[in-house]
Amino acid sequence: MSDKKNWPLWEIFVRSKNGLEHRHCGSLHASDSEMALENARDVYTRRNEGVSIWVVESKNITASNPEHNGELFEPAQDKVYRHPTFYDLPDEVKHM
Amino acid sequence: MSEEQTKNLEDQFEARIARDEKIEPKDWMPEKYRQTHIRQMSQHAHSEIVGMLPEGNWITRAPSLRRKVALLAKVQDEAGHGLYLYSATETLGISREEMYEQLHTGKAKYSSIFNYPTITWADMGAIGWLVDGAAIINQVPLCNTSYGPYARAMIRVCKEESFHQRQGYEIMMKLANGTTEQREMAQDALNRWWWPSLMMLGPTDAESVHTEQSMKWKLKRKSNDDLRQQFIDQTVPQADLIGLTIPDPDLKWNEERGSYDFGEIDWDEFWQVVKGHGPMNKERMKARVGAWERGEWVRDAAMAHAEKKQEQKEKQAV
Amino acid sequence: MKNENLYNYILGIADNSLILGQRLGELCGHGPTLETDIACTNISLDLFGQVRSYFQYAAKIADDNRTEDDIAMLRKEREYKNVLLVEQPNTNFAYTIARQFLFDIYHLAFLSELEKSKDLTLSAIAKKCIKEVRYHERFSSDWIKRLGDGTEESKQKMQEAIDGLWTYTDELFHQTEADKIMVKQGTGVDVTKLKDAYYSSVSDVLKEANIQMPESKYFQKGGKDGIHTEHLGYLLSELQYMQRTYPNMEW
Repeated sequence: MSDKKNWPLWEIFVRSKNGLEHRHCGSLHASDSEMALENARDVYTRRNEGVSIWVVESKNITASNPEHNGELFEPAQDKVYRHPTFYDLPDEVKHM
Repeated sequence: MSEEQTKNLEDQFEARIARDEKIEPKDWMPEKYRQTHIRQMSQHAHSEIVGMLPEGNWITRAPSLRRKVALLAKVQDEAGHGLYLYSATETLGISREEMYEQLHTGKAKYSSIFNYPTITWADMGAIGWLVDGAAIINQVPLCNTSYGPYARAMIRVCKEESFHQRQGYEIMMKLANGTTEQREMAQDALNRWWWPSLMMLGPTDAESVHTEQSMKWKLKRKSNDDLRQQFIDQTVPQADLIGLTIPDPDLKWNEERGSYDFGEIDWDEFWQVVKGHGPMNKERMKARVGAWERGEWVRDAAMAHAEKKQEQKEKQAV
Repeated sequence: MKNENLYNYILGIADNSLILGQRLGELCGHGPTLETDIACTNISLDLFGQVRSYFQYAAKIADDNRTEDDIAMLRKEREYKNVLLVEQPNTNFAYTIARQFLFDIYHLAFLSELEKSKDLTLSAIAKKCIKEVRYHERFSSDWIKRLGDGTEESKQKMQEAIDGLWTYTDELFHQTEADKIMVKQGTGVDVTKLKDAYYSSVSDVLKEANIQMPESKYFQKGGKDGIHTEHLGYLLSELQYMQRTYPNMEW
């Protein structure tokens, strides 16, 4: 089994209806992108779950390292001025 | 990493789980967590695909077209569920091929219930009703387990499985309301599948290993005995409703406990099947290994074709 | 029966889907990967869905209290009208794919014509089925190419399967008496007219797959008239087992 090339892993993203984004729904194996699309159709949209599919070979995804979560994501936590509730307005201004 | 650092990480890790935070694939995790999850999740995946065989056995003989499409769709779902679970397990750094290897060499286990034969059509009813019923009891709490990919796979599985048990119960109901011959067929299936279904929820708490750790990691929310009691309490009235008799002379409602008392389970039989000596262990493995080996040239061909295509594409790009 | 010709004509169409669906159903759980298993089962489910639409319509026409299941499962071997191609066994995955492909190309062309039928029910069924079959054809053609243009071993197996099944292709275009009457009424499809386009489509895919188009001119026919290969009897004995063993019961 050592030098054998197995079907690579693909990540599957499905858009459930137009207007919504593609969402990651799982992964599967396929020898090429065409087959990955077909397999995704057969595996992940059996119950009418989709109108569009993206497939990406898993190895092509670059992911952030959770060990860097501190420097990556925590600095955003105290930037409260980016949120509307940071600003004081009189109650008379109803919707803004 | 020093021992102290590791200990520190482990404490933080356990604290995250205790706070109901999910663990994701790239997060640091104790090796034992990884290994335990690989074992349980792959075992779960194996059970799905070995579980296709006893029911697949009746696809060509289903008594009506309506039953045939329902059964086909159900067995197909099991393939899907195996696939979701293998994929989720792969996030822990083991390939599907390695997991198959473990299954085929007997190193990995799968649910013992699938080592019983399906000998009449009523077995399709009994499996859907009892085996899927017991499986749901096991699986629903896992939608909340600590490992993110497992929890997400289980949410999908549970959502899709909701029709499986209904499908089985409907088959049983139809038989129970049918001719004498059909009623007997249903009762016979219940007789054969009842005890193995109880065993499916695992050995008694006294004999069960790993439970405490599994509880902490939310791989388990209730003990085997509690799950078993839950299964019995929910299933007995369903049998009553369609006029079938649970094959246990000791089965009795216990007013005080608000639960059914039930008879002794034959654990010798359970361990015999677990150890590979059930009626169908060898056949099930032969079928899985056979499919895998017969498929090898197909998988190789697809891979070779994909590589040729890729090369062509690269050449054209130059 | 008032409209026996139409009834027989529907059976002729539906039996192909029934027998092929049954063959694919045999494979569920035994495919080369989980993904292909799920795909083949989807095709089988599509076909059985089609079968149910056709037989429900046939039962309505027969109007003799028979159900879709009676029609599907309680005829004798000589009364099944499927082509010989679809009853051929799953010798290996190459045969399964080749059988599917050789049928899909025909099926797609056939349904495109049936869509124009003056019989509104048949036309509606064809409209629904054609989308399913377009996908089948895509799936099987892709696999023909993968196996034909894969490894040496797969190429040889694919060639063998195409050679082995070739003898059953011509029957697809054979016209029965019921066919002729239906064509005249504007209900049925003139299959003789589909032949050239069929072989040309098949040839295109085979060429891309590096598979030789067989040259043999010896063809088998008979399925449409109920004269089958020996394989069908065994298939039927499984298909009919429950209905035969436990007659007149509901399931």
